[in-house]
Amino acid sequence: MHNTIEARGAGAKAPAPSSKSALRRFGRALAPLPWIGPAVILIVAVVLWPVFEMVRTSILRISSSGATIGTRGTGNYRDLFDETDLVAVLLRTVVWVVGVVLVTVVISLALGQLLNARFPGRRVVRWAVIVPWAASVLMTALTWKWMLNYYYGVVNKVLQGVGLIDHPVNWLSNPTQALIWMMWVAVFVSLPFTSFVILAGLQTIPEDVYEAARVDGAGRARTYFQITLPLLRPSLLVAAIINVINVFNSFPIIYAMTGGGPGSKTDTSTTFMYKLAFTGSGDVGESAAMAVVNFALILILVLLYLRAVGWRGETKS
Amino acid sequence: MSTQIKSRQAGRGKPGGRPGSVNRGKPGSAGRARVAILAGVGYLVAFIFIAPYLEMALTALKPDRELTASPTTFLPKHWDFTNFVDVWKAAPIWQNMQVSLIVAGVATLIALLVALPAAYYTARNRFRGRGAFLLLVLVTQMFAPTALVIGIYREMVALNLTDTLLALILVNAAFNLPFCVWILHGYFSSIPKELEEAAYLDGAGKVTALTRVTLPLSLPGLVTAVIYTFIGAWNEYVVALTITSSPNRQPLTVAIPGFVTSYQAHWQYLFATSLIAIVPVVILFVCIERYLVGGLTAGGVK
Repeated sequence: MHNTIEARGAGAKAPAPSSKSALRRFGRALAPLPWIGPAVILIVAVVLWPVFEMVRTSILRISSSGATIGTRGTGNYRDLFDETDLVAVLLRTVVWVVGVVLVTVVISLALGQLLNARFPGRRVVRWAVIVPWAASVLMTALTWKWMLNYYYGVVNKVLQGVGLIDHPVNWLSNPTQALIWMMWVAVFVSLPFTSFVILAGLQTIPEDVYEAARVDGAGRARTYFQITLPLLRPSLLVAAIINVINVFNSFPIIYAMTGGGPGSKTDTSTTFMYKLAFTGSGDVGESAAMAVVNFALILILVLLYLRAVGWRGETKS
Repeated sequence: MSTQIKSRQAGRGKPGGRPGSVNRGKPGSAGRARVAILAGVGYLVAFIFIAPYLEMALTALKPDRELTASPTTFLPKHWDFTNFVDVWKAAPIWQNMQVSLIVAGVATLIALLVALPAAYYTARNRFRGRGAFLLLVLVTQMFAPTALVIGIYREMVALNLTDTLLALILVNAAFNLPFCVWILHGYFSSIPKELEEAAYLDGAGKVTALTRVTLPLSLPGLVTAVIYTFIGAWNEYVVALTITSSPNRQPLTVAIPGFVTSYQAHWQYLFATSLIAIVPVVILFVCIERYLVGGLTAGGVK
């Protein structure tokens, strides 16, 4: 976009503004600049530059102190693909994202209905549901880590109390159990936003649609599946896609609760990427290669998103 | 009229009708039972969402020896409010909190000041490059700092901005900007142009029309954008962890986990500080909850 404006500016300047109409056209092309220019500059400088920098770094040789030693071509990528844990980490990332988003959306559909229903104290329930959104994800994750503590955690105490387990379990030391608990925490912190988006969607459905359904004698289940769900489709899409991105990037939960360990048995691609660069002997170049692979996955998601929201209609201005 | 009667009867026949329609007419006994069940489920859900923070508060109020007591108790035997005072004295919490406040506050201000005109102009005008701009916003909305942290780190090294608040402010402002533009664009588009045209007839200029007519009507969208950005910046972790190194330039999110390391485990301090960080934000959220639903309805969900 930035480029488009510049290119147009340069193009208009080239033939020398001899006639008044050319000048006017030039002025008209520049008119949006004061309004949208700052936004474009900020996005290009702080969001897109790192993308460029990341790709560039992935073919550089970087010393552990961060200095550039030279270029490496595809060496960083070869190192990355030689990592024994890479395939497992990528597969785990898919399980993590798909699992967390699916469970979040399904529970949020029910929560959205509940928050939309009228009962005394509804406002208080809405406030309660909003809390994990307002609270820091990191602090929420640390709280769960404490609650899952082998010796002092309340989770073991409660589960023993209701008879689900006979003796305390060291949840976070077992990779599978740790992953399931962390996925639950990811669902827990994703529920508020998703439920509120669905609640907002429910409130855009006009009352008379339901009146009509009732007149036609449609039952509750039928009304829900044939009216509510289809009309919720846009909000569901927005909620799901924003969730996919957030969950894909939900670094603090794993980093705080297990640090990706033991080994990298609970790492997803983002924590793996971070560990490659900033722990142990630290290889920023290889980490950048991982980031580029990650980014390619995100771009695929972006394309799916654009298709899902039917972008083509919007571009025709 | 006849449809209304019919629908009411139908609604009463099946217990309760659809959610949200409970209050129409006088609730029968089935309706009352339904409301009671809804409220019951509601309070249970509320408890589940609050429980971890309750545990956080209870742990923050336990003295050291009770934390590691066996068997674990739910409530502190001795309520130790001094943890809050101790942590405040022992660690540079106040400095970390100032960092969090400055970073989140200034980033929100910048994001809003930059997003507002862009969103307004694209909602009201058709111009060359409008589609490209909106596409840029939509696409960059999908980028999170976590995914780009290596690139951000390298950029800040190149700009000599590591370990500065300016870097944190810029990153938080820029990454939340797309959402702000998107939600405000949606909101402005939903407000009829005629209202502004009426203001022009009264002699108002473009800016006056915006600030006097459109902005007040866009309050839910504005609040949603502000809150989303502020919370995002207040809770940002990865970039702050990566590019700050001086303890007094770290926001709370980076400073707080320091209470539990492999050398020491002051969970009560960790949770005391967490509460100090969480409670103001939760109160803020609760206050604007009603705007939030409206903001998401008009801007985000369309």
